[in-house]
Amino acid sequence: MELLLDSLFNGVAIGSVLLVAALGLAIVFGLMGVINLAHGELMMLGAYTTYVTQLIFKLPILKPFYNSYIIVSIFLAFIVSGIVGILLEKTIIRKLYGSPLETLLATWGVSLILQQFVRSVPLAYGTGLVISLLIGLFLPTTFTSKIKESINFKYFKFSAWIFAALTGVLTGSLISSSVSKLSRASARNVDVTAPSWMRGQVEIIGTAFPKTRLMIIVITLISVIAITLFLNQSAWGMRIRAVTQNRQMSDCLGISTEKVDIITFGIGSGLAGVAGVAVSLLGSVGPNVGGNYIVGCFMVVVLGGVGNLLGTVLASFGIGIMTDLIGAGRLLSIWPDMPLPLSNTINFFATTSMARVMIFALIVIFLQFKPTGLFPQKGRMVEN
Amino acid sequence: MSLSKIKFDKKIVLSFWIILIALIIAAPTLLPVFRLNLLGRYLSLSIVALGVDLIWGYTGLLSLGQGIFFALGGYCAAMYLQITSSSEFPNNIPEFFALYGVEKLPFFWEPFRSPVFTFFAIWIIPALVAGLIGFLVFRNRIKGVYFSILTQASLLVFFNFFNGQQKLINGTNGLKTDVTQLFGQMVGSESMQRIFFWITAILVITAWFFAKWVVKGRFGNILIGIRDDEPRVRFTGYNPVIFKTIIFSIAGGLAGISGALYTVQSGIVSPQFMTVPFSIEMVIWVAVGGRGTLLGAILGAVFINYAKSLVSEALPASWMFIQGGLFILVVTALPEGVLGWIKGDGPRNLLQRFGLRRKIETYPSLEINSKEKHNE
Repeated sequence: MELLLDSLFNGVAIGSVLLVAALGLAIVFGLMGVINLAHGELMMLGAYTTYVTQLIFKLPILKPFYNSYIIVSIFLAFIVSGIVGILLEKTIIRKLYGSPLETLLATWGVSLILQQFVRSVPLAYGTGLVISLLIGLFLPTTFTSKIKESINFKYFKFSAWIFAALTGVLTGSLISSSVSKLSRASARNVDVTAPSWMRGQVEIIGTAFPKTRLMIIVITLISVIAITLFLNQSAWGMRIRAVTQNRQMSDCLGISTEKVDIITFGIGSGLAGVAGVAVSLLGSVGPNVGGNYIVGCFMVVVLGGVGNLLGTVLASFGIGIMTDLIGAGRLLSIWPDMPLPLSNTINFFATTSMARVMIFALIVIFLQFKPTGLFPQKGRMVEN
Repeated sequence: MSLSKIKFDKKIVLSFWIILIALIIAAPTLLPVFRLNLLGRYLSLSIVALGVDLIWGYTGLLSLGQGIFFALGGYCAAMYLQITSSSEFPNNIPEFFALYGVEKLPFFWEPFRSPVFTFFAIWIIPALVAGLIGFLVFRNRIKGVYFSILTQASLLVFFNFFNGQQKLINGTNGLKTDVTQLFGQMVGSESMQRIFFWITAILVITAWFFAKWVVKGRFGNILIGIRDDEPRVRFTGYNPVIFKTIIFSIAGGLAGISGALYTVQSGIVSPQFMTVPFSIEMVIWVAVGGRGTLLGAILGAVFINYAKSLVSEALPASWMFIQGGLFILVVTALPEGVLGWIKGDGPRNLLQRFGLRRKIETYPSLEINSKEKHNE
């Protein structure tokens, strides 16, 4: 019983990391048909945001609130990755709708640039850049409609961007002068230390669970519930679903598909940032941290069926539990006296890397029987 | 894709060939050994790029897993070299086995004692693996993006397998070839490297003609048909699965040859050949050179890699920015690649834009139509 609980918990913990990482991808890929290979790097930005927030909260002014930095960083990571995602959508992805293979290549290029960016730009100035992007993109939307419609709007917009750039440079140099760790560029991995209330373990029914793992499960749970509510209950969620089902008809009915695209992509990217916070709790944060998750995320989305959140949830927990079962050789401890060839095979696959081999092989076999995943989209078209 | 093509003069073609052959013969004396070795490696990479062009440029299958076949070819060559040069080591097996306490050669190494077997294995094994993966995927009509993701997943499967099996193929350390012997000479020696360079150059040209032959005629037409409208090909009575499987395994075989040549010239084969970035790079060589042009794939592979080594020597940090920017630029601004752009309307449009050439008068409706097509 204890063993089973342990295994189940491990599986759910692995699965919830996968789920929170794949959630944003499921939205972007499922609803927009965009293959975002930079998703892993958006996660990496989220993880770095956690790191920067942690250091800033160590400043004397914010020291009393240090323990709550992880909660703050979840929101900040959402905003940072979301802003970068929106920028991406506005500059590159918008031109490539309808040609997923091209988006795949372009976003790979973006991912390379982002990786090198965190290596060669000091994090303080990176933060400044994100702040100026934030102000530059959002300040013009807060103008009154009188200004927006006036012929001089572009000058207002321009001055907003100048203001944004100045603020960015100022915050950048402020952070750089006050936090010495952020003032130099470095390719080395950094570590996020969990606040004291998140260290240690909790005992439930006689089994000890690490608190960080529980925190990740909670983050995942909240993200899934929030995104489900958003898609099913809010007005913009309805618009997003409408555009997914029939873009032209929604356009005719007065839904601004352009705005829907921006919001969808922004939310998908923001969720990647949240996943980044979760990932930063698991190990050290480096420029390549996202690359470890991206293929797994795609497998989750494909296995779950594109555009179906329930499928994504089931697929990630399924993969998580299977990874634990195979990777830790659980079957052997459940059934100790199995025949030798079988136990040899299980031992052969009982490492992290070989478990991955097995899982991917199983997914490929599964797709032989259900090529469109657990919950396929219904339709009668020749082309999917 | 534009229909207009530059008609090359016969004399130009002939002089191009003469210059090319002269360059290949003269290269070993003109270039320092280090540069020659690099050029040879990049030429061997252009063979895998040809394969990518066949499956992506002509058939529309974007494979992100060509590294599997590339590395398989490399491993076949390296296993042969290791096992034939292992007579002085304990148990007559390659040296690294002793590190892991392995005394008996794993069974799948045995056939690699034979040079004939290895010669065929280098391209047949990758082709068979490609054919198998391809058949399983194509049979279920998995295509487009799903195909790309599945090939990437298979790449990770192979990477993790090769990376984790120290006792079978030396795991993450890979197999070294530069200190092994071939025909009584060190593989890493200068004279051998020169021979490998010539072999590579000949094979690149052979592979180029082979690829040209493959895409010529009805077979090539079906491939292009699959790329442009697969359901219609199926409704016409052809079975796309067979054609896709064949072309995918051809590309796999080319990747294997390329991997073997690359391995003997770089001196090592390791699971690093099967990392995700490397396989995507192969696609970008073709994208930059021009998909569906074959020659573009070769030029793209050689020039981008040469640029990569030059830039990384001068400014190590900036290559990632340049490479990333190249991806974005090619996809958004030059979807047909450099060669496709030159062959198409590119230069004319550029000259027109700067007023150096008169605009061609057409019916307004034609321009609107072509614009719409472009926006699609």
